[in-house]
Amino acid sequence: MQSRFFLLLFVMAGLVVAFAPFPVRPIAPQERTFRIEAGQFAYSSSEIKVNPGDTVNIQLVSTDVVHGLYVDGYDISIEADPGQTKTLSFVADKPGSFRFRCNVTCGAMHPFMIGKLSVGKKVWFYRSIGLSIIAIIGFLKFPRRPVLITAH
Amino acid sequence: MELTRLPFLKSALKSRYSQLAVFIVMLVGYIFVILAGLIGTPVGSHNFSIVFVWIAWWAILILVAVPFFGRGWCAVCPIPLPGEWLQRGAVLNPPDKKPRWLNLRWPKFLRNIWLQNISFLLLALFSSVLLTTPNITGIVLAAMLFAAIGLSMIFERRAFCRYLCPVGGFIGLYSQTAPIELRIKDKQVCVVCDGKPCYNGASTVGLDVQRLNPPLSANSNTGYGCPWDVFPGGLTKNTYCGLCMECIRTCPHDNIAINLRPFSADLAKPSTRLDEAFKAFIMLGSAMIYAGVLLGPWGAFKDAAYNVGTSAWFIYATIFLAIIFAILPGFFWLMISLTSRPFAKHPFGAPIGRGVGVRKFASLTTALIPLGLMFWVAFSLSFVLTNATYILASLSDPLGLGWNLFGTANAVWQPMLTSILAPAQTLALVGGLIWSARTAQKAANEVKVSSVPVVIYCFITTLVMLGLLL
Ligand code: SF4
Ligand code: SF4
Ligand code: SF4
Ligand SMILES: [Cu+2]
Repeated sequence: MQSRFFLLLFVMAGLVVAFAPFPVRPIAPQERTFRIEAGQFAYSSSEIKVNPGDTVNIQLVSTDVVHGLYVDGYDISIEADPGQTKTLSFVADKPGSFRFRCNVTCGAMHPFMIGKLSVGKKVWFYRSIGLSIIAIIGFLKFPRRPVLITAH
Repeated sequence: MELTRLPFLKSALKSRYSQLAVFIVMLVGYIFVILAGLIGTPVGSHNFSIVFVWIAWWAILILVAVPFFGRGWCAVCPIPLPGEWLQRGAVLNPPDKKPRWLNLRWPKFLRNIWLQNISFLLLALFSSVLLTTPNITGIVLAAMLFAAIGLSMIFERRAFCRYLCPVGGFIGLYSQTAPIELRIKDKQVCVVCDGKPCYNGASTVGLDVQRLNPPLSANSNTGYGCPWDVFPGGLTKNTYCGLCMECIRTCPHDNIAINLRPFSADLAKPSTRLDEAFKAFIMLGSAMIYAGVLLGPWGAFKDAAYNVGTSAWFIYATIFLAIIFAILPGFFWLMISLTSRPFAKHPFGAPIGRGVGVRKFASLTTALIPLGLMFWVAFSLSFVLTNATYILASLSDPLGLGWNLFGTANAVWQPMLTSILAPAQTLALVGGLIWSARTAQKAANEVKVSSVPVVIYCFITTLVMLGLLL
């Protein structure tokens, strides 16, 4: 009976961690501009961090062939010819961690030309850590079978 | 639940013609993929070979076939077919009594999966080139076909599948987690079975089915012995049964069944083999390395991985191998030996790890099997969903020559389902952690040690993977 209760408790805790809205400290939105150089097959400054609500301007400069920049989750993109600068502006209204990637075939490793955009906290990363910890505590505290610690 | 009770399914599995039809389609497809790789456009993302092998096939294999059907892919895989046909000298019929070729036994010291571990690592170290260059993909696929033919001429049965195939190794390892199995129905029937035709082949044994009483399954005297060199009567795990269905046809006592079963049933009895233990580390490690190198934001790693032969690549290869052969297993060994030391027989003066022999080490790595599978699922979800739209385009224009067969050649590249990717990966990784913790408890019970260090190991590696992917 008791173990059922604890199981229920753990499942509830898991659900809270998975679905509760993330606490956010309100930060006044800013306008931020990033210059990102794209060359085969990497972006330089490949990790950018902004706060939720910020207006983001990404100036994409290509140093060799035509490259693009597509932001996962936001599903928006730009392309820049060599030597040109193109700007992508958007409001970072979805929190979380997103990949951005080249969307113009630019050579062999093109599918892996990837950068990261973090908007506020990495929501799913923290949620999944929370879930893992709950799962592990559940396991270590309430093993389904007796865990033998001593060797006979 | 026995699936072979379903008459429709059973006759479909027993029929050589339905299997042959699938084989022919697969073989034609395989040869087309090789040709596309060799003569099609060098642009990977527009070449049928890259798109179909590394996006479509890979997605089906790791997200569906392996988790749900175990060695299901091997049941339809075209690679060993030409060799097998030549070996038997027939497409449908069993071999003659006298072997046509050398028919050697596979050497004893290679009767393990170390060669498969090596062949997988070879491909893994060159994977950035392999994944992106149609030529190389074509050459590697052709080489596998010819290696399988060559080995069929020299050795008996399917030596390539059993001992060399880079894919077969991990499919076998992870097939233990699948909810499907091929097993005998009644052990007693096997014990008294004359000549064991399922292993030796009906014609070789000289079994005359017509004269048996009662007259048994009609086509079993045309059957041949297990191509995978497995004795079906002794099967306890999925790893080495290729689901070729031959024993269903051969067994004169209708004693073979395909069963639906709980997930990962095979893992309840942990393997104690080091080659299989290292396969688990190899797969776990490569999933983590790929997540970091291919999907991470670090350009230098990608350069190093792609520029094979440069000094950066050698460093990359060294780190790759060090992670797989030293860091991951070393850390694992350290964790289990540190915690099991006080309970070993000689607590005083015993060197660290006394209590952890090969048997315990290998048994405990069982927990890494579901963990690794789910790492691969999480990694592949991202890779496959982002690039799935290439499949449409390349169906219409497989060689990248500007064709437009189905009007989808200009389908725009667009990552799919980007908003559910992170939750799906979380689900896969946390689910994998729970699954592996349960497996760890069972394995630890078998060898009578604590499961805690293994669970913590799985937890830490999961955190690393979460950090890399999310
Ligand atoms: S082991 Fe390899 S070659 Fe053999 S059937 Fe399986 S995937 Fe195909
Ligand atoms: S599976 Fe069939 S053929 Fe094989 S030993 Fe058992 S009864 Fe005999
Ligand atoms: S003959 Fe039977 S046991 Fe052998 S590989 Fe085929 S299906 Fe598996
Ligand atoms: Cu590109």
